[in-house]
Amino acid sequence: MRQYLSKRIFSSILAITGLFVVVFFLARLTGDPGHLYLPIDAPLEVRKEFSEKHGFNDPIYIQFGKFLGDLTDGNLGYSLRKERPAIDIVLEAIPVTLSLAAVAMSIALVGAIFIGSLAAYRPNGIFDRISRVVSLTAASAPDFWVAITAILIFSVSLGWLPTSGIGGVPYWIMPIGILVIRPLGLLVQVVRGSMITALSSDFVKTARAKGVKEKAVIFKHALRNGLLPVITVAGDQAAAIANGAVIVETIFGWPGIGKLMIDSIMQRDFAVVQASILITAIVILSINIIIDIAYAVLDPRIRHK
Amino acid sequence: MVTKVSDANKSLLKVNNLSVSFDTAEGSFNAVKEVNFDLKKGETLAIIGESGSGKSVTASVIMGILTCPPGRIKSGEILLDDLDILKLSDTDRRKLMGSKVAIIFQDTLSHLNPVFSVGSQIAECFEVHKNLSKKESWKRAVKLLERVRIPNSSKRAKDFPHQFSGGQRQRVMIAMALALEPDIIIADEPTTALDVTIQAKILELLGELRDERNMGLILITHDLAIAAEISDKVIVLNEGKIVEKGITKDVFINPNHGYTRQLMDSIPGKITKQKKKMSKKFSDPILEIKNISKSYDTIACDDVSFNLFPNEVLGIVGESGSGKTTISNLILRLASPSNGEILYHGKNILNFNKKDLFNYRRKVQVVFQDPYASLNPTMNIFDIISEPLVIHADFLNKKLHQSKVSDLLISVGLHPDDAIKFPHQFSGGQRQRIAIARALALNPEIIICDEAVSALDVSIQAQIIKLLLNLRNKFSLSYIFIAHDLPVVKDLADRVIVMKSGKIIEQGVTDDVFNFPKEKYTKDLLKASPSIENLIS
Repeated sequence: MRQYLSKRIFSSILAITGLFVVVFFLARLTGDPGHLYLPIDAPLEVRKEFSEKHGFNDPIYIQFGKFLGDLTDGNLGYSLRKERPAIDIVLEAIPVTLSLAAVAMSIALVGAIFIGSLAAYRPNGIFDRISRVVSLTAASAPDFWVAITAILIFSVSLGWLPTSGIGGVPYWIMPIGILVIRPLGLLVQVVRGSMITALSSDFVKTARAKGVKEKAVIFKHALRNGLLPVITVAGDQAAAIANGAVIVETIFGWPGIGKLMIDSIMQRDFAVVQASILITAIVILSINIIIDIAYAVLDPRIRHK
Repeated sequence: MVTKVSDANKSLLKVNNLSVSFDTAEGSFNAVKEVNFDLKKGETLAIIGESGSGKSVTASVIMGILTCPPGRIKSGEILLDDLDILKLSDTDRRKLMGSKVAIIFQDTLSHLNPVFSVGSQIAECFEVHKNLSKKESWKRAVKLLERVRIPNSSKRAKDFPHQFSGGQRQRVMIAMALALEPDIIIADEPTTALDVTIQAKILELLGELRDERNMGLILITHDLAIAAEISDKVIVLNEGKIVEKGITKDVFINPNHGYTRQLMDSIPGKITKQKKKMSKKFSDPILEIKNISKSYDTIACDDVSFNLFPNEVLGIVGESGSGKTTISNLILRLASPSNGEILYHGKNILNFNKKDLFNYRRKVQVVFQDPYASLNPTMNIFDIISEPLVIHADFLNKKLHQSKVSDLLISVGLHPDDAIKFPHQFSGGQRQRIAIARALALNPEIIICDEAVSALDVSIQAQIIKLLLNLRNKFSLSYIFIAHDLPVVKDLADRVIVMKSGKIIEQGVTDDVFNFPKEKYTKDLLKASPSIENLIS
């Protein structure tokens, strides 16, 4: 297992390196930042000076070399827009997104395990039928529309919740609510499926023949086995949110990594784009490694491989 | 054992008029029909039947683990100490499960929870029924593991099911069933997946525990020999109905019902020797295996040499892990040996180029153990049987495939119309016939049967063995027949090889090896293999 993990970490580092090269060149395909940062009527000399100052005049391989050189010093470059180190800007944004993602995923996971398990206990029972319709609707709800409708209802008409911004609990309710809907719907269906399999397993018969109470049959014997496929999907969803809950962050004005990335791409702020992609990639690869560890914790057969 | 029946006349368990049906898409089907039996202290009742006879359903009903729906208990009562448990509430009933009556299952790998340590699974019995602390429960679990003779039990209790061998897992299951000292233990095919020597030890342990605690034991089995060895009385189930019941000895010596007689006749090891028209004339071997070795993590096959002659059935017997299947893989060239040569008509198959190998594959075919897994469920029978013909396109004109498949189906005792059906529409025995038809498609010289009848009911097993023998004569085939079941090999093989830990222990003409084994290991194997002859003679 330890060997497997170190292999995983090594391949993750390779992946990040590859990604970095691609991002560096792709970002520069979006055009000359000078066009965006200087006034439209800026004289040629000013433009030249701007390019010279930021090194955009050099051939691209020299720019790349410089970039790698800076990188080894831990320097991810300066933001053109904010004239601060790019990494500082990214590190301010990432906790915002991560806390959104963590809260939303925890709620989705716990809710899905509970609803999905109960639905699986009596497949095609009344609870299962209702949860199936609701979860399917949730899984396919377009979040931008739900978000705007929610603002219209809860902020504009009822005036219960603030329309946007960050702050105390009321500010969290709508963004979290919107982020939970889709993963919850999806996870309920995954939990239901894997719990139906787990509950019809032979070891569940053994547990019942031992006189184990139904609650423990479901939530101890079956759930521990049914959780494995759920973890994979939950990890995927968590990665998707960490990758920038772009829509939610934009609509609710949350200064997270998704919003930052979009803004920086729009403004050709290469250093910030690169830094945010690096950090997000690290977050996503860490989530994947955490999933691997969770697998091993839950299933001894994997641990002993 | 039989004498005990008189001193304990009170019934522990009485099943009266039990009928169970299953609601399926094609309507309701009766799995158990008006079954009656009783069980007294210290007594062993064997319930005998083939798959689908309703024996496991009966056990599920007693244990309250029948899945309803689709199962439905139509009528009857189950009296445990004169209390009808079918009338109890779920909560009251749960209190009896595990504590009054406990069950052990066949497939221990799937019946033990893979994610909990065996110790905690046994300890759970005490936590659930006796409200004991975790620590005390654990201590008792360890003691139970010791009782069923798991070595180093305090350490092994922390291990998980997959870390135990099949025999040890069955001991764990037994320990779990014993935990609350139940009056009755139901053993549902407890040794079916195990090697004979392990089987003998498990049966011995069960008998010993029954006598030690004066429990009632219900042994559900398809194996008449096992029933003969350890039961006091027996009921024979066929299609959900009891066709015969009585004292074990009486039933076996003088079976009344036609079905029981049919089952007795199907027991392997009795086919008269007239089939063995061993051609004494010396001919060149088709296949010469010379000093082959192969190791994976362990040594799977160590310096093995033997020959296979035309029209010969060569049996390879041994327990799991003895290297039987490795040899089959090496001959099929699904794996390459680390050392040694395999000569096919004098030519080394390890030096074959692509074309030679292609032609060689045509001549050597295989039939696997599990006919449920070895047939692609999405292909119909015509596609399955004609696939070798499609791959070896030069073998037969495409226009003739249809008639070839029909001929093959007829030779294996199926109907040409079956070609349009899919595997799930056939029983296990029929599927194995289809697998045999597929193996025959390219007129092979050699068919390797890797445990080809092990998954089948005895009566079906007997039919398939007969079929294999007929086909051998009709198509002048040679078989390499790999099995762990000694009587089956005795019926079929001209010569036999006994293997252990990758080595050949003994080889010779079948009758010699079975009647006058030279090596101790062969003797042990033969002794461990249960038989009803001991009871009858």
